[in-house]
Amino acid sequence: MDSLILLFAAMLRISTPILFASLGETLVERAGVLNLGIEGTLLLSAFSGFVAAQFTGSLWLGLVAAVLTGIALSLLMGLLTVTFGLSQHVCGLGITLLASGVALFAFRLIYGGASTPPALETSFVTLDILPGTAFAPLFSQHWLTYISLLCVPLVHWLLYRTAFGLRLRAVGEQPEAADTAGINVYKMRYLALILGGAFMGLAGAFLSLAQLGAFSHGIINGRGWVAIAIVIFGNWLPYRVLAGALLFGGVQALQLRLQAEGVPLPYELLLALPYILTIVAIAFVGRNASYPAALLKPYRRE
Amino acid sequence: MPVLEMRGITKRFGALVANDQITFDIEAGEVHALLGENGAGKSTLMKILYGLYQPDEGEIHVQGQRVSLKSPADAIAQGIGFVSQHFALIPTFTVTENVILGHEKQPILQHAAMRRQVVETAEKLRFNIDPDAIVGHLSVGQQQRVEILKALYRGCRVLILDEPTAVLTPQDTEKLFSILVELQRQGLSVVIITHKLNEVFTISQRVTVLRLGKVVGREQTANTSQTELSQMMVGRQTIPVTRNTDHHSQNEIKLNVQNLTMADRSGAPRLRGLSLNVRAQEIVGVAGVAGNGQSELVSILTGMAQPQSGSAQVSGNVMPFGNPGALSQLKVARIPEDRLKGVIGDLSVADNLMLEQVGQFTRAGHLNRKQIREYAERLIRDFHIKAAPDDPARTLSGGNIQKIILARSLAQNPEVVIAAQPTRGLDIGATEYVHQKLLEQKQRGAAVLLISEDLDEILVLSDRVLVIFEGMIVGEFAANDADIDVLGALMTGASSEKVKTHA
Ligand SMILES: Nc1ncnc2c1ncn2[C@@H]1O[C@H](COP(=O)(O)OP(=O)(O)OP(=O)(O)O)[C@@H](O)[C@H]1O
Ligand SMILES: [Mg+2]
Repeated sequence: MDSLILLFAAMLRISTPILFASLGETLVERAGVLNLGIEGTLLLSAFSGFVAAQFTGSLWLGLVAAVLTGIALSLLMGLLTVTFGLSQHVCGLGITLLASGVALFAFRLIYGGASTPPALETSFVTLDILPGTAFAPLFSQHWLTYISLLCVPLVHWLLYRTAFGLRLRAVGEQPEAADTAGINVYKMRYLALILGGAFMGLAGAFLSLAQLGAFSHGIINGRGWVAIAIVIFGNWLPYRVLAGALLFGGVQALQLRLQAEGVPLPYELLLALPYILTIVAIAFVGRNASYPAALLKPYRRE
Repeated sequence: MPVLEMRGITKRFGALVANDQITFDIEAGEVHALLGENGAGKSTLMKILYGLYQPDEGEIHVQGQRVSLKSPADAIAQGIGFVSQHFALIPTFTVTENVILGHEKQPILQHAAMRRQVVETAEKLRFNIDPDAIVGHLSVGQQQRVEILKALYRGCRVLILDEPTAVLTPQDTEKLFSILVELQRQGLSVVIITHKLNEVFTISQRVTVLRLGKVVGREQTANTSQTELSQMMVGRQTIPVTRNTDHHSQNEIKLNVQNLTMADRSGAPRLRGLSLNVRAQEIVGVAGVAGNGQSELVSILTGMAQPQSGSAQVSGNVMPFGNPGALSQLKVARIPEDRLKGVIGDLSVADNLMLEQVGQFTRAGHLNRKQIREYAERLIRDFHIKAAPDDPARTLSGGNIQKIILARSLAQNPEVVIAAQPTRGLDIGATEYVHQKLLEQKQRGAAVLLISEDLDEILVLSDRVLVIFEGMIVGEFAANDADIDVLGALMTGASSEKVKTHA
């Protein structure tokens, strides 16, 4: 029982950055933009958040820096793909390469060739909601984890219950129709990118300021790509995206546990397990995926 | 004072002058028809009025005030509504969501209130619509009504309809016109673009004719005639085709289709044991309301889809399904439903023309450019295509794209011709031309299967008329004794027995 609760607790913790990132990507893709810059955006956000926190001594300023970094890179994505109408695939990958390069370069400048990853003196602490009960470990999470879970109904509400969400979805389904309805397609796509970028910033910040309290180059480790897959798995629906993030987090937690318990399996296989599962899940679910119809298509008024 | 006035509007696309010093005005409470051949500049003019294009020269005045329309939002604010040639609806949204989109009134959506407003707006126009229906599931006629609702919900005083009847059944057209009359009664103005002259006389009070981007005539509809209008439009007299009736019911069967069944992706049946045949020197027309299996039938016969069961023969040979290349071998000419899918926009006119016979123009893997060019020049001449061999196909007007497809498939002297909606959206000149070509093929001895939602077209061309309903052929008439009322009833699902007893 206890170990099960610990497993679930780990699942929630591991899911948090994936959830933030996938919710952000969901919003952007719903507006018709595939942001493959996500992997690099997560890395540079985690880094800038970390550096800002270390130099100012304020975790909150670190958080703000991470979010601003996410927004800035998304604006660059917007400039290239929304304003200039360039290929979303190429620009997204370009941004990932650029952001990773910048992170690596700035890291060298600041920390030189440090052999152990630099760490913060204090990182975000965990919040115990039900201390003293059997479920205590489950509800002893970083406040950002609670926020990420609250963001799921929030994003759902935004998409389906507000005029903003209706317009955002319209722009991702049929920008011509949205335009004729008097909606500024470019503005909506930029707004979606900004929101999505903020979520990606939160994902990066969670890793470097809360979960690890440290920064290393491998900190993101493909989480951005996983988020892209989870959005497809979730069929662009926030609650199903949550399910996907939890599934990934759960398998990851399980494989860590198995490693710790010394299961006689090669650890490389265990490490790969969550990713293999992601591919299998996509293969099954992805066939019936209902892509936003205008995904990948730049909008031009002839 | 006119509610709306356009003065000296000029719009250029590169070297092409799509609108040349056009003056146009709309009175309160009038229906104003806008006529002109394909490419005359009608849609361009209306897109300028809706803020989708910016004019290079000229002024727009609304209620006597000069306005600048930078985007549809500006036009909507000036009380202008636009239903474009290609519907601007979001298929995955509900009717209500489509109607209120961009005009939600509150940041947080009040679904119940929105739904009520949509129903009320529809009731004012005396039609019913389910506010919760998904737009993608609606018929074309219903979708158009959603478009009209959208414009009215935004408080438009001038409603522009770009070829609204091109895709409608006769029944839906009648319904549309009764809505327009109701709008007019409520003091709204309507601009309607159409290629069908009889509609101009049914619905409009004034008519403006464009040719090559210029206004060539403006009349009170009552003071003009169809002949005068078509002369203005094309600059010459037009002669509608006449069918010669000498076909032989004993001729050999060239196309024989048996028991086709097909279901869509959700498993709903689209074709339910459809059989038909076409003899040499015969045109068989398939009439029906859109969405009764015509598209599926066409995709199968053009090699683009596989039926679940059934078979087909061309001159006695088995027709392999899902293999367009084999169809070219069997000399089956295909004129697809969506002409834009029949050409490759970025390839040149010459390349598009030889696309089905690449083999003939290839030696050891190399294209023989000189031969291709000569072939293209010959077809361009024979089929009167207004283009040079090197023009990219996408820059051509609808009528000329259709001519490319005709030239490519008919130049091979086909045994069987599958023509799906061959004149949809074409002007009278081009329509006449296509009809001429189909009749020539029949004369030559080919079997022609004509699938069209335009009943007039079917009646003009066919020797035999079949009615398709819910994936089956439910009626067959010799062209001479096809009664329009009986056909219309069969098309909408009245059983043939009932129709016969009423007839
Ligand atoms: N965005 C564009 N870029 C370049 N040329 C264009 C563009 N839009 C229209 N044209 C050209 O301008 C001319 C007028 O086109 P328009 O669409 O206004 O014709 P139309 O009268 O509506 O014809 P149809 O009856 O076929 O709809 C055509 O020659 C067309 O090829
Ligand atoms: Mg047009």
